[in-house]
Amino acid sequence: MHQTVIGQANPVAIGFFVLFVITTLVITYWAAKRTRTTKDFYAAGRSITGFQNGLALAGDYMSAASFLGIAGLVSTKGYDGLIYSVGWLVGWPIIMFLISEPLRNLGKYTFADVVAYRLQQRPIRAAAAAGSIVVVLTYLIAQMVGAGTLIKLMFGLPFELAIVITGGLMISYVLFGGMIATTWVQIIKAVLLLGGATLLVILTLGQFGFSYGALFSQAEKLYTNKFLEPGGLVTSPVDAFSLGLALMFGTAGLPHILMRFYTVPDAKEARKSVFYATGFIGYFYILTVTIGFGAAVLVGQKVIMGIDKGGNMAGPLLAEVLGGNVFLGFLSAVAFATILAVVSGLTLAGASALSHDLYVGVIRRGVAAEKEEVKVAKIATVGLGITAILLGILFKGQNVAFLVGLTFAIAASANFPALLMSIVWKKFTTAGAVMSIYTGLIVAVVLLILSPTVWIDIVKKDEKAAIEKSVADLKAASAAIDTQVADMQKQMVSADAIAAMKKKQKAAAETKNAEIQAAVAGKAKEKEVLTTKMKEASAKMPQAIFPLKNPGIYSMAAAFLVGILISLLAPNKEAQEKFADEKVREYIGIGAE
Amino acid sequence: MTKMKKEDILNDADFKDLSGQKNTISIILTILELVIYFGFVGLIAYNKPFLAQKLSEGGAATIGIPIAVGTIVLSWVLTGIYIWWANAKYDVLVKKVKEKIGG
Repeated sequence: MHQTVIGQANPVAIGFFVLFVITTLVITYWAAKRTRTTKDFYAAGRSITGFQNGLALAGDYMSAASFLGIAGLVSTKGYDGLIYSVGWLVGWPIIMFLISEPLRNLGKYTFADVVAYRLQQRPIRAAAAAGSIVVVLTYLIAQMVGAGTLIKLMFGLPFELAIVITGGLMISYVLFGGMIATTWVQIIKAVLLLGGATLLVILTLGQFGFSYGALFSQAEKLYTNKFLEPGGLVTSPVDAFSLGLALMFGTAGLPHILMRFYTVPDAKEARKSVFYATGFIGYFYILTVTIGFGAAVLVGQKVIMGIDKGGNMAGPLLAEVLGGNVFLGFLSAVAFATILAVVSGLTLAGASALSHDLYVGVIRRGVAAEKEEVKVAKIATVGLGITAILLGILFKGQNVAFLVGLTFAIAASANFPALLMSIVWKKFTTAGAVMSIYTGLIVAVVLLILSPTVWIDIVKKDEKAAIEKSVADLKAASAAIDTQVADMQKQMVSADAIAAMKKKQKAAAETKNAEIQAAVAGKAKEKEVLTTKMKEASAKMPQAIFPLKNPGIYSMAAAFLVGILISLLAPNKEAQEKFADEKVREYIGIGAE
Repeated sequence: MTKMKKEDILNDADFKDLSGQKNTISIILTILELVIYFGFVGLIAYNKPFLAQKLSEGGAATIGIPIAVGTIVLSWVLTGIYIWWANAKYDVLVKKVKEKIGG
């Protein structure tokens, strides 16, 4: 069996990580001197090129959850892991075709700028800020808890300390360096992650004579052909479509992704950045899937799941097998850097929603000095950072996997419909937008709580476990009866033997056989009772109130429907008149900031 | 600022051409992406055996693997098509309209 040093303090990993931290802190110091105005703080002075922003978008999007999680899912479940990686990518073309250019031309710092363009500022900004902050917080909790667990596994640090280090660094980047520092942290991390994953894939394929065919043949030999086919991860068709919708349109509604389009000088660079980002992310997912299959063959599922049941250590373990302690250390440091970069982007997006939308847009009614807005954004950064640390520690040991699904469902339902309708639909009104956002938000959250993901696996977890245990006990008892019956039947005298016996012996043997038969019949009755009990116990199994694992299909439909109906019921002339102005600016960028 | 009123720009033939072309290509590419992705999801939901077929006699890889990777690659190709169109056509039209209205 493979001997691993994972879980112990690894000096190589710590060395690489310290190097990353020093580099990024130097960049933050450099960026701090260039961060004075709101444009600098939220949008890096709009000085980022399309290529740089493409890398930074990829950096924002390729979380440790997708790097370690997808490799782990592929290594343990095979083809099913691939289904997820496709879902994570397909939102990007949608962003490009429908969102990126209008967003850049119409807005300033947040997507609420676009929704509020020709509608009433205060109610829209309050609703959009609510949508953004809920998305940012749920995603932050998922990332923080993941960070604590992973860092504990990879560096041997205590959970709480790992979270405090992550939170502290994240606050420093955003607070002092704003978007300039955050962008460069993303770019460095994206290059490291893409480079590390590429090297790992080259080393992996080297073991198979650079033939994917050979890799798949080995995988099939070890885990049967089921490993290369779609399996049980996606069960009901409606659930599959619902998950697909949430993944696709959720990507187009993530505030930290949308915010990045304001860092480039114009719409042309904005669309270019999506092209680069889609290329990098797609390439990355293909690498990650290869790493997953490679780990299943070269490390083995037993070892992978022995260290972490979810398979999260598949990538690092593969690196250790192929490149020793040095490569493991490098990849662990890259995973830590990945987490840091993603939480920094999220914190900045949350801070901009709090300061630009909520404080300036709602509380100060759109009038605030530059200095004041930057100051509030910085206070919001510290507040959000501390909240993230506390929530991360509070949720220690909880199953937070559902939070990623929730994040995408809310982004797809609360943010995306309102954003899209505000761009394309002339008759969209303030009331329609506000109700659409709140409907999407509430329906997504409530349905997810009532779904099997939360209602059964978290709320009724103990009840479910108790019933599962009693059913298992009954099954064991019934199996024991089967063995007893088999033993008894073995003691019966066979018909041939009886025929060869003398009369007296014959009678004794027949009596014995009859006794055994009676006993067997008794046991059969006992078993029947057990079977009924098993059925009764199974019937008591808690049922989810909402049957789908992912609410996307209903919450998105509800958000669109409510937005359309309310806009049609109470039309707004003023908003329709301003549509001409919006269209001209959207298409040719006149007046764009 | 522009010399023309926003409503007049909106009714200008060149602007209409520009926004019409942009809407058409955006909608076509969006529908293509939806068909590609939800076609893949549909196969997972309704026809798993199709995806489980072997690519070649004696090989291990299933048809599902190139279909999944193909969905990723095609998505990227579609963004490339959009960029190619926007650089070659859209930017030229935008420049023309901007000059005309003096923006």
